[in-house]
Amino acid sequence: MPAITLTINNELFSARKEQTILEIAREHGIDIPTLCHFEGLEAMGGCRLCLVELQGSPRPVPACITKAAEGMVITTSSDKLIEYRKMLVELLLAERTHTCSICVQNNNCELQTLAAKLGIDHVRFDYLHQQLPMDASRERFALDHNRCVLCLRCVRVCDAVEGAHTWDVRGRGSTSRIVADLDRPWGNSTSCTDCGKCVQLCPTGALYKKGATVGEMKKERSFLNRILERRRLAAQGRSL
Amino acid sequence: MPEHACEHIPLADDPRLKLVDRALKRLQYQPDALIEVLHTAQEAFGYLSRDLLAHVAAQLKLPESQVFGVATFYHFFTLRPKGEHSCIVCTGTACYVKGAGEILDKLEQAVGIKAGQTTADGKLSLGTARCLGNCSLAPMLTVDDAVYGPETPDSAVAKLQGILEVPDEQR
Repeated sequence: MPAITLTINNELFSARKEQTILEIAREHGIDIPTLCHFEGLEAMGGCRLCLVELQGSPRPVPACITKAAEGMVITTSSDKLIEYRKMLVELLLAERTHTCSICVQNNNCELQTLAAKLGIDHVRFDYLHQQLPMDASRERFALDHNRCVLCLRCVRVCDAVEGAHTWDVRGRGSTSRIVADLDRPWGNSTSCTDCGKCVQLCPTGALYKKGATVGEMKKERSFLNRILERRRLAAQGRSL
Repeated sequence: MPEHACEHIPLADDPRLKLVDRALKRLQYQPDALIEVLHTAQEAFGYLSRDLLAHVAAQLKLPESQVFGVATFYHFFTLRPKGEHSCIVCTGTACYVKGAGEILDKLEQAVGIKAGQTTADGKLSLGTARCLGNCSLAPMLTVDDAVYGPETPDSAVAKLQGILEVPDEQR
């Protein structure tokens, strides 16, 4: 595979063509925050937290879906980018009702970790204070729409890895919701196989295992490592 | 009342399903023909019921959730039966400046539903449109196929009540 050279944060790196900016940065230990991204799942550029500045581009580009090219000059962190990322996380916090103190995912939540890392101590936008429903009709798992950030990891892992495609998104904009089958209660879903992959990949407490205490709510993803690694390499045209 | 006439018939025996099945066949059950099939289905039934969406999903071999996602993404598709009568209040710029907002508020109060909804008895659907192209009549509205304007909140309510009170047979 042809090699290319590009500059990230004033340092020269060589990379394989077809790699994304995010992949190259992570390979070299450069931190770019992400939320919707999950290695081995198809990248979708939804959360926009991985925005980086690309010289010659009038606006920042999402690192997870932008393929690297010869001679690119990229900045992964600047005052402007940090401000954008803060705004994005604040908008997520304002849209649904994220109350950490009563959430099973408290202290093990990717959204909470991101907010803390970005130093978000208040939200500049008005909270929508939506009272969204919960769906606890499934025997082992439950869904709380109030904690969902619409990263669509559940939708992607259910379709691409489990092959069930139980989950999808209803509506558009701020009225979007995750739905099972024809917007049935999850417990009545005929396509769900109860595999729990969506629950383990959910970055927040939106999808969770019933009956677990806060301390037990660390997501268990190791059973997915092998299959996701294989998918990740296949996407780059390589094999294990 | 074509929308409600066949309500009690199971979907499989509904003659309107033939139109949908014909479209499916013509499009060779291609999954990417989903939107076209949904158009035909809505034209035939007036709205997309869950049973109908499940039928389309099964025929096209698509996940039900994906079909539901597409059907709810586009404003053109509706998942609830439309009312017998429809009232569209124009909220385009000219009508809005002339007080379409107050007309809509008054109508919503009078019939007890919000724009975009249908009354529980299935009699009336209330909607809005951004400019119906009759700005000289501003503020205007349509009731079924008739155009009215300029209206006041009270005259608009009177028009709706007129239509809702007259039994269908006498119209």
